[in-house]
Amino acid sequence: MKARVFITLKPGVLDPQGKAIHHALEGLGFAGVADVRAGKLIELELAEGTEDAAIEDMCRKLLANTVIENFRIERLEEAAR
Amino acid sequence: MRSAVIVFPGSNCDRDLAVALELVTGRKPAMVWHREAELPDGTDFIGIPGGFSYGDYLRSGAMAARSPIMAAVRDAAGRGVPVIGICNGFQVLTEAGLLPGALMRNAGLNFICRQVPLRVENSQSLFTSQYDSGETVTFPVAHHDGNYQADAQTLDRLEGEGRVAFRYLGACNGSSNDIAGILNDSGNVLGLMPHPERVVEAAHGNTDGRRLFEGLLETVA
Repeated sequence: MKARVFITLKPGVLDPQGKAIHHALEGLGFAGVADVRAGKLIELELAEGTEDAAIEDMCRKLLANTVIENFRIERLEEAAR
Repeated sequence: MRSAVIVFPGSNCDRDLAVALELVTGRKPAMVWHREAELPDGTDFIGIPGGFSYGDYLRSGAMAARSPIMAAVRDAAGRGVPVIGICNGFQVLTEAGLLPGALMRNAGLNFICRQVPLRVENSQSLFTSQYDSGETVTFPVAHHDGNYQADAQTLDRLEGEGRVAFRYLGACNGSSNDIAGILNDSGNVLGLMPHPERVVEAAHGNTDGRRLFEGLLETVA
């Protein structure tokens, strides 16, 4: 099975990268972009039956730094069904 | 003083730190590879050097913080052994949970490589006893991810407990409260982005960093 982990900066945490992307979009003439936040997507190929709790543990112990980041887990097969 | 310098793949200031430690303490530090499970017997000071451990993959310091030797570093820190993390070493210590907060991309997005003036905010620590409180020193910085961030409660605690050891004089990288270096709650772990080990002999341009190691030597030995 596959799972995707979306890692995003917590609200309120300054995101210089997002700001730079926002600035570049404006430079290209795209109007109406109120804000940009950049994050990460990590795709995991997992053994069948891997439990949510195990994936959450991976996120807390390594994939996300919960001081500054939130994470959201999406199971691909289940989403496709 | 029996020092150990931890070496990760991608560390590049390990030798600078070793040279500074040998110069001040007269004894070569043990260079300890990240895959080791234990520190040499009698280690009474641990240095985590600057560099780009694991190519800064995932987050700066994230991989290094989970390497085998860090369990031994955590144990030693818990027993009161002084630990310094410089630059990438500071990032490793926050990722390992030995220091609060996180080091994020510099606010201006630039890699900053220059001499910066710092104020010594706390001269009562193991690491800063040879400085005067409020004194200005100049250390070089060379980093992309030095923007120190922590929640308001953590910042209040750091400020209130005198755990901000060094502060940039003027904005540097976007750090909250211009924080350049912090101590853990028991005062034996220091993390800082500037490089004291690069200013220890006259040929370096100044010797402001030397007293940090001299102070340690006096306290530890």
